[in-house]
Amino acid sequence: MKTNRYVLWGMTKSTLIHVFLLSVALTCLFPIFWMVRCAFMTNDTVFVDKAFIPHHLNFNNFAIAWTKGNFAVYFLNSVIYTVCVVTGIVIISSLAAFAFSRLKFPGKDFVFYMFVAAMMIPLPGSFVALFVLMTKLHLVNTRFGYILCMINVGLSMSILIFKTFFDKMPQELEDAARIDGCGKIGIWWNMAMPFARPAIAVIVIFNSLNIWNEYILATLLLEDTRLMPLQRGLVVFQGANSTDYPVLMAGLTMAAIPIILIYLAMQKHIVKGLSSGEVIG
Amino acid sequence: MLVIFAGCSQPSNPSNKIILWHWMTDRNDTFLKLAQQYKQETGIEVVVQLFAPSDSYSQKIIAAAQANVLPDIYGILDKKSIVADFIKAGLAADLTDAMEAEGGKWRNSLFDKALADRRFDAGNIYGVKPGIYGVPIDVTNEQMLYNKKLLSKAGIKAPPKTFDEFIKDAQVLKRVGITPFVSGWGELWLLDCFASNYAFNIMGEDKIFATYRGEVKYTDPDWIKVFNVFAQLRDKGVLIDGIVTKGNKYAEQDFALERAAFSFNGSWCVNVYHDMNPNLDYGVFPPPPISEAHPLKIWGDAGSTFVVNAGSPNKDKAIAFLKWLTAQDQQVVLARQTNNLPSNKQAISVISPILGEFAKGMDQSTHPNIWPLNEDPSVAEAFDKGIQDIIIGEKTPQQVAQDVQKVKDSQSLKGNH
Amino acid sequence: MNQKVKAAAIFKDNLQNFCFVLPAFAIFCIFYIYPFYKMINLSFYDWRGIGPMHFIALQNYKELLGDHLWWDSIWHAGYITLIALTFQNALAFALALACDREIRMKRFYRVVFFIPPVLSEVVVGLIWNWILNPELQNGQYIGLLNHLLYSSGFPQLVHNWLGDPKTALTTIAIVNSWKGFGWGFIMLLAGLQTIDKQLYEAAKIDGAGAWKTFTNVTVPMMLPVILVVVILTILGCMQVFVLILALVNEGLVHHTDVPVTRIFSAMQNTNRFGYACALAVNFGFILVCISFMTKRLSDKAKQV
Repeated sequence: MKTNRYVLWGMTKSTLIHVFLLSVALTCLFPIFWMVRCAFMTNDTVFVDKAFIPHHLNFNNFAIAWTKGNFAVYFLNSVIYTVCVVTGIVIISSLAAFAFSRLKFPGKDFVFYMFVAAMMIPLPGSFVALFVLMTKLHLVNTRFGYILCMINVGLSMSILIFKTFFDKMPQELEDAARIDGCGKIGIWWNMAMPFARPAIAVIVIFNSLNIWNEYILATLLLEDTRLMPLQRGLVVFQGANSTDYPVLMAGLTMAAIPIILIYLAMQKHIVKGLSSGEVIG
Repeated sequence: MLVIFAGCSQPSNPSNKIILWHWMTDRNDTFLKLAQQYKQETGIEVVVQLFAPSDSYSQKIIAAAQANVLPDIYGILDKKSIVADFIKAGLAADLTDAMEAEGGKWRNSLFDKALADRRFDAGNIYGVKPGIYGVPIDVTNEQMLYNKKLLSKAGIKAPPKTFDEFIKDAQVLKRVGITPFVSGWGELWLLDCFASNYAFNIMGEDKIFATYRGEVKYTDPDWIKVFNVFAQLRDKGVLIDGIVTKGNKYAEQDFALERAAFSFNGSWCVNVYHDMNPNLDYGVFPPPPISEAHPLKIWGDAGSTFVVNAGSPNKDKAIAFLKWLTAQDQQVVLARQTNNLPSNKQAISVISPILGEFAKGMDQSTHPNIWPLNEDPSVAEAFDKGIQDIIIGEKTPQQVAQDVQKVKDSQSLKGNH
Repeated sequence: MNQKVKAAAIFKDNLQNFCFVLPAFAIFCIFYIYPFYKMINLSFYDWRGIGPMHFIALQNYKELLGDHLWWDSIWHAGYITLIALTFQNALAFALALACDREIRMKRFYRVVFFIPPVLSEVVVGLIWNWILNPELQNGQYIGLLNHLLYSSGFPQLVHNWLGDPKTALTTIAIVNSWKGFGWGFIMLLAGLQTIDKQLYEAAKIDGAGAWKTFTNVTVPMMLPVILVVVILTILGCMQVFVLILALVNEGLVHHTDVPVTRIFSAMQNTNRFGYACALAVNFGFILVCISFMTKRLSDKAKQV
């Protein structure tokens, strides 16, 4: 008797949870469906045709978006920027966070709070100063300059996230590594980074998304069309007055795919984390 | 009063390459083709670089001005006072000589209204040496539009000629379930344009400019009449729901998809409507006047203007290119490809009939850029937002008039630079 | 003698430790500190973006103290943030907890919930404008929400969501939460993974029910991650901007203004760069205070 009630309660709970999850999931999937649906229509039917699956499927938009939007070049640029910047951020911010979390030096807290404060003080008025500085350093219209600038954009948040995870690392792990003869770099590379694998995944996802969708700094700091990232290509479809919605949607769909792929690859690591066997003691 | 220059010196060697920065995504392809053609004809390479949207473009121009790296040809997407600042900083060249050469050949080929956009007259309040400083490559104006099919469905045979007729037509449309009017009044400048048209109609330009000078208050009965126009539109249910948060591109969607019978938009809309609904049967007419005291004036001037960097070593080549770009043949190409009104008088023959209807209004048009003075931007913001308040029913015209006058008073206290 | 050697060793150690931070610090100085210094400097001037700069000392700051549009905008952003902190983060936490268990379609949910943050603002703006559209055409509601309300028997709830000052801000806050919960979701999920399973086992053995486990094991272990999520939510929502433009263009009069839109309005509509910088500095100061208070609160909570 008791077991029956227990099982029934378990099943109800499970169903309720699924209903909850599914309804939220539906609201999230809807825009993707809408975007893809629009991509298969033409500009004069995109707001008129109310059918679930459009009456007339137009397959040209993806090809048009690719060629007119110069996708090949912009895509490659976006990939280069994302890979370089994310790698740079992961290494630079984890080194810094490791120092803030596990090492000591004078002024440590002050510098850390400075990084954290930077997240809070937006710089909407700073683009002029930034551009002038980059011009003086001859970094305008260079890939290197844009990459450095984007590394800075993601630095503060990544340091904060890394530090939060490094703080949770048990002292025994660190001591064990030191006993094994690891220097500071060794501890960072062999112990701290694997421990913070979920953090790395989160930071890769966050920053990849930010860089992939970025276009304000790209418009400001880059001039040569050959250096422009993907968002710049999409802007071309949003005419000053007239927008070609289906082609734009086709472009946005294609632009969204790599990010979703990165997320798929990384989210495994958020989940795998540590199994209890790795924690000694 | 030092002009602050931060950065290295400008390039000092002339070359066969001129750089052009623009923001017009619709015309990028056409520009690139024309640049190629120009290279074949003259051997000079024009590097066309697009920065969009226009907000990002403006930021880039300001930043480049400070770093002293402005290109040879660019545009200033801002008020006339800012253009004046650029000229005074030596960043926009005086083109009067080129315009007046050969008995004014270049100047005469272009519409006077278009040139007036970047022309500074003698005795201007900005302290700029009189002359022409920009080259217009197209013209636009803002007028009312009507959907022929929807009007005939309601039994209305012709667009209204007076404001009262307009209100009556709106009631008839509502009775057959058609929304009367839509416009992108989430964008303040378009709302300001409509209000300005009626201000000209109600009190005439002298009184308007006197108000800007501070000699007439916004609480004057004539200004209350202007605010009342919007109160009437609201009370008679003429306006589409949510008009004050509606961006122009959504308003264009609404009119193209025949969700409203009337609209208020600029001549570029021809392009948009054609893309979204090629079968749309519509016509153009000026906003119906509410008063017979003064003529109602629509806004019309250059759509896009380029200036030449005064410090550029390739200044002459840049001017030559702009002359070529505004010549009849190239203007015809631009007008055909992009469906905009050309700035060259002779290219007007190739435009589509509906654009021709827009062009009819150019002669009676005016524009803030050609006025002797403009209202302070903070006061203008209070004015436009006040009208939005009237439309959503939060404030009365009298209240808004007092609010705007308050801002005007505090701005006068601060004094202008 | 020993002291000197010890001091040298400490110095070398400190230097080594600082080198870990050096690359970040160098980049930070060039790309943040320098523009930040310039921005503070500019806030003491009156400048139109081009032309001469006039030094006016603290006048910009005096003006912003009395700028009721500015303080209203801060309250609006705060309201959006409050909704996000409660509704959005509760949702994110609930979803993360649900996905932490061994349930079917776990991977599917994990991917799907991250879609809203990935979407470009263009798509979000277009879709929500369509959903929230208040217009009627041929007797039918164009907007999906009004259409559903009308046809499912709630015609009295049909509303001009974005056009009514009473509902506009809340509507924006909800759309903002919808777009943002994915971030909180993956951060909380990541945090849940690092909780040692043995702690759950121990709680089970002790006979703790679901709620007790949650409050005694999950929450305490998650406090640092929760704190980071809270701070990032606050910072992100206070700086909301592109979403406002996408939904209500230049705003429903001033009812939907937020600090960043006021700063850009000062820069672009009224060409007052100095004032815009003063607003930005003031805004940063407020955010720092809020974060500081949040951290204080969380420290107190940890002691409980």
